[in-house]
Amino acid sequence: MDSNTSASSPEATSSSTGSVVIAWLFVGIPLLWGVSQTFIKALALFK
Amino acid sequence: MANDSLLDRSRTIAGPGYNRWLVPPAALAVHLAIGQAYAFSVFKKPLGALISGNPDAPAPTDWTPGQLGVIFSIAIVLLGLSAAVFGKWLERVGPRKAMLASALCFGGGFFIAALGVHLHNIWLVYFGYGFVGGIGLGIGYISPVSTLIKWFPDRKGVATGMAIMGFGGGAMIGSPLAVTLMDHFKAAGTGSLGVAATFLAMGLIYLLFMQFGVWTIRVPADDWKPAGYTPPTDHNALITTGNVTADNAIKTPQFWLLWVVLCMNVTAGIGVLETASPLIQETFSDAALGTGRGVTAAAAAGFVGLLSLFNLLGRFFWSSASDKLGRKTTYAIYFGLGILLYALVPTLGAGAQLTLFVVVSCIILTMYGGGFATIPAYLSDLFGKLQVGAIHGRLLTAWSTAGVLGPVIVNYLHTNAKSNGLTGAAAYQSVFYTMAGLLVVGLIANFLVRPVAEQYFEKETAKKVAA
Repeated sequence: MDSNTSASSPEATSSSTGSVVIAWLFVGIPLLWGVSQTFIKALALFK
Repeated sequence: MANDSLLDRSRTIAGPGYNRWLVPPAALAVHLAIGQAYAFSVFKKPLGALISGNPDAPAPTDWTPGQLGVIFSIAIVLLGLSAAVFGKWLERVGPRKAMLASALCFGGGFFIAALGVHLHNIWLVYFGYGFVGGIGLGIGYISPVSTLIKWFPDRKGVATGMAIMGFGGGAMIGSPLAVTLMDHFKAAGTGSLGVAATFLAMGLIYLLFMQFGVWTIRVPADDWKPAGYTPPTDHNALITTGNVTADNAIKTPQFWLLWVVLCMNVTAGIGVLETASPLIQETFSDAALGTGRGVTAAAAAGFVGLLSLFNLLGRFFWSSASDKLGRKTTYAIYFGLGILLYALVPTLGAGAQLTLFVVVSCIILTMYGGGFATIPAYLSDLFGKLQVGAIHGRLLTAWSTAGVLGPVIVNYLHTNAKSNGLTGAAAYQSVFYTMAGLLVVGLIANFLVRPVAEQYFEKETAKKVAA
């Protein structure tokens, strides 16, 4: 996962990676919840 | 500067160390919220029983399904109009201010609609969720697009695909969230079957959730490019390094050809979405498959859910694939393969081929979603990144048009077929053949797309076609 400049300091890149993980979790968890709810509903088609 | 507030574009320019992979989740925070619009139908039954209190037995003074259908129509029309009107403003003020405006309109729309439900005044609901919320939809939909393209010149399709995938995912969150909240508030005895309180809660939840996008988004510095990135040097006249303004873009035949491309793709997709539940139940009934083996209402709801999942997956898959395949080739696949599959659906129905019918429908829906997600990158390839958000906004009027056109065509053809005594799969035959015909129009429009003429490009950034 690349950051915006090749000249970024290692500290900045490291802290940025942590922020990226948190940011993706923030949007990923609700999205996965919604997808799982839809998937459960979709299972009715195969019963 | 006196007006140098935290919301100004100048204050959102990324500093050293900012990781560009923070931008897609910022965009997703907005799209996951506004994607709720496609789950609005979950409110239809309770909204239609506010007086009687019984969704299965509405009172004469309750709002009718026709009146309630107008709410979503206003929202989707306003989405296209506001995206077209506010696109240039967005390019000027930057994504942060635009995302905040979107959050305020979308959340505020829920609050006004809640008041409308409380007072049982449908005009307030039209104004709130439809008009104000619809403006929030339009501004929110386009707000991260040009920023993503600027951060990911090497993977435009991947980046915009991730964001626009969020719009598809938003409905998957919005629907169960609304049901959970309505059950909770109904049990708590808040009145109006819990709808007004749910509108208030959802307005607040989305307003706060979208703040993550507002305060995380950054734009790159003008001279920024990804480490090790060099613009493509292969011969591809459909990818420019020059720039066309939004005002000039609409004077080009390419803009209107892509307008037709998007409109045809969306209209055809709506044909499937609109008919999905009755189509599968009527085509694969007990009469067709044998007693007790027909598709039930619950299974049909599962089918609709499955289509939503493939709509979402297609947004990311096809848009990402377009980075390798090229946009024109990708749309040629949507239309070429689409024509075959749409024409095949009635045959599969008549032959009681349920599994194949489901598989084909799911593939069709991936291309419906892919059509939405690939268009920003196509526009950026043809017109450059300078005002791609504004150009995209103007192109979204094709979506609004399709949002009206699709259901009208489907309902007319289906009603006509039924009045001619056709039933089951036969009643939908004309719908699918007509949709295949629309895809032929889209295929031709896509085929006619050529590089934009030199005269439309900005002088200071004289067009430099990838040499």
